[in-house]
Amino acid sequence: MSALSKTSEDGSIIGLEHEPAGETRHERESYLRAGHTLRSWLLTTDHKRIALLYLVSVTFFFFIGGLAAAIMRVDLLTPEADLLTNEGYNRAFTLHGVIMVWFFLIPSIPNVFGNFLIPLMIGARDLAFPRLNLLSWYIYWLGGLFTLWVLVSGGVDTGWTFYTPLSSMFAQGNVVMAATAVFIVGFSSILTGLNFIVTIHTMRAPGMHWGRLPLFVWSHYATSVILVLATPVLTVTLALIAAERLFGLGIFDPALGGDPLLYQHLFWFYSHPAVYIMVLPGLAVVSELVAAAARKPVFGYWFVAYSSIAIAAIGFLVWAHHMFVSGMSMYAGAVFSFLSLVVAVPSGIKVYNWTATLWKGHISLDPPFLFAMGFIGLFVVGGLTGLILAMLAVDVHVHDTYFVVAHFHYIMVGGTVSAYFGALHFWWPKMTGRLYPVFWGRVTAVMIFVGFNLTFFPQFILGFLGMPRRYHVYDQQFQVLHVLSSTGATILGFAYLFPLIYLLYALRHGTPASANPWDVTGLEWTVPSPPPKHNFERIPLVTRKPYDYEVEKEEQS
Amino acid sequence: MSRAAASPPLVPPAKQEHDATLFGMGIFLASEFLLFGGLFTILVFYRIVHGHEVVEASKELHLWIGALNTVVLLTSSLAAALAAKSAKDGDQRLTQRLLLAAAALGAVFLVIKAGEYSLEYGDGMLPVPGGGGQLVEPLSRLFMNIYLVATGLHAVHLTIGIGLFVFTAFRIWHRSIRLPQDQLSIVVPTLYWHLVDIVWIFLYPALYLQR
Repeated sequence: MSALSKTSEDGSIIGLEHEPAGETRHERESYLRAGHTLRSWLLTTDHKRIALLYLVSVTFFFFIGGLAAAIMRVDLLTPEADLLTNEGYNRAFTLHGVIMVWFFLIPSIPNVFGNFLIPLMIGARDLAFPRLNLLSWYIYWLGGLFTLWVLVSGGVDTGWTFYTPLSSMFAQGNVVMAATAVFIVGFSSILTGLNFIVTIHTMRAPGMHWGRLPLFVWSHYATSVILVLATPVLTVTLALIAAERLFGLGIFDPALGGDPLLYQHLFWFYSHPAVYIMVLPGLAVVSELVAAAARKPVFGYWFVAYSSIAIAAIGFLVWAHHMFVSGMSMYAGAVFSFLSLVVAVPSGIKVYNWTATLWKGHISLDPPFLFAMGFIGLFVVGGLTGLILAMLAVDVHVHDTYFVVAHFHYIMVGGTVSAYFGALHFWWPKMTGRLYPVFWGRVTAVMIFVGFNLTFFPQFILGFLGMPRRYHVYDQQFQVLHVLSSTGATILGFAYLFPLIYLLYALRHGTPASANPWDVTGLEWTVPSPPPKHNFERIPLVTRKPYDYEVEKEEQS
Repeated sequence: MSRAAASPPLVPPAKQEHDATLFGMGIFLASEFLLFGGLFTILVFYRIVHGHEVVEASKELHLWIGALNTVVLLTSSLAAALAAKSAKDGDQRLTQRLLLAAAALGAVFLVIKAGEYSLEYGDGMLPVPGGGGQLVEPLSRLFMNIYLVATGLHAVHLTIGIGLFVFTAFRIWHRSIRLPQDQLSIVVPTLYWHLVDIVWIFLYPALYLQR
């Protein structure tokens, strides 16, 4: 592999002498320059351009969702309701949840990096259905416009979970519109998942059999299966909520013979697997980053690959652990508690295998590696507190407290967002053809890790002491911890803004990147940075395993 | 991994595209089944929890209208299956006629269904604004709610299917589909049609035959 990377570093800095940081030959021939008009972007079927469209879109929603979080953290600085009214606070956390879950976390890694990388990694020229891919971006924006409409028309106050009978009978906000937004964006997810599954099955280059797929692709495959099979259940459930509000259909309304608990079952049948939709792509990214940083084959390739599939499969069977206090039979509770503990096994396998991969690796402290390390640390804390919550007795104690809030933020924000930024820092040179200032990448990685822990670790303690979630008026004794948390959130906010500055700066002023700036394996690094419009001049023939670093030989010599 | 001496792809692109389309359609249909799966879960749940009341409510449905509609829909499916076969044989005229026949039978289904709704509306059994006066029991109202949502969602799918068939028949007439080369353009809509009829095959017993 190393021989390959050396030979492919040809000519990528041609033109540098004449025009410092000007356009390189590869950039002129790349997908970025294949058409300059707005139309050539908005009607593109190139998976790489669609990935960039998604990158801009999810970044936009990330900052809107982040703004809602910032307002909440400011309000929580004091025990009184001094910034937001009760109603306003309800709307802020609902909007934060809805936007972050459906318009950032779920589409973030799959639609940006999955879109960009899966065809490159398996040696294909595009996804199986390029027009469907573009359609899914438009559907995403249609859902996004509905969400923005909800935002300006006064918001919605049910929490992102839309629990009945609150959402169907009592909520004052724009519930139908918000449910419609989520309903619509679900179709975008389904189309993306469908596209990935078909692409991975039918578009692999000759010789790229399943045992040679990068682990990134395996995890995205598992994610796609969940997207396709879980999302329609949410779709029909939200449609029923809207029908209940609009036409008085009482499927969840006890007064009409319905059952609100049924809503929770249907909702979590989607939304627990959705947690794995959010975190599996993060695991996908970290497997790549760890192998790249260690310059070693991933320890136990098949274990890591199948653990993704196992997480997806078991993830469908644990939904009722969100409902331990909602009135279930004791036996159902025990079964769901056990299954929730089981799902930790494949997650644990991944962490052990990453660690074993790093053992005796030739590690360099590049920004992507620091993000991956941050991910592993935060994911372990989030995962272990997940085990605590899966225990019936403990869950009854801390249910609906900040303990739960801290737990899922460790997985989704500490985990997935760290992985997202790791991916951004790892593949940015490939996507744009430019290197960014590594120093600032390191600073950001460390700041995110520190800021995140300062924000959310105090929330574990808050929850354990009994601070319920979704309250903004609280007891005096909790103030110190809330102030700590808000301080951390400030650091975190700045850390999220930094990459926006130096990555955009790098677009124009960065050093042009070679085809393989990190000197790693993978088909995506064999094409120029940024890749040409059709990815591969000739479809590659794959003859070797992934992560085929020549470490063992070096060690023997 | 190696880029070595690049070889021509082992699979011809046309074959790859053919496989990808069928496979993609299969996954799409799987996700459609899950869409109805939520509704079936609700039906089964209430059948288990409130068995007696659900049975009583089911007896209010027009069993024989449903049965007639089942026959109509399955006949249209036969036409659709024959259309797929004649497309493979390359018979453009016959394919076009069979597609239109299937679409027409689908339309007959919708007309009968609309008649059934209006009968129920007249009896005060349909839980829509202005109707449902006779639905005093909460559970019979609930059952009719589920009935309306499930059959309504099915009717929406059927309408889309009719549109697809008419459009495909038009494309054959317009010569933008040529058989047997473009047989996939016939096979994919017929697969969708079979989803619509299979969903009905499960909906009919789940709603009408619970008595």
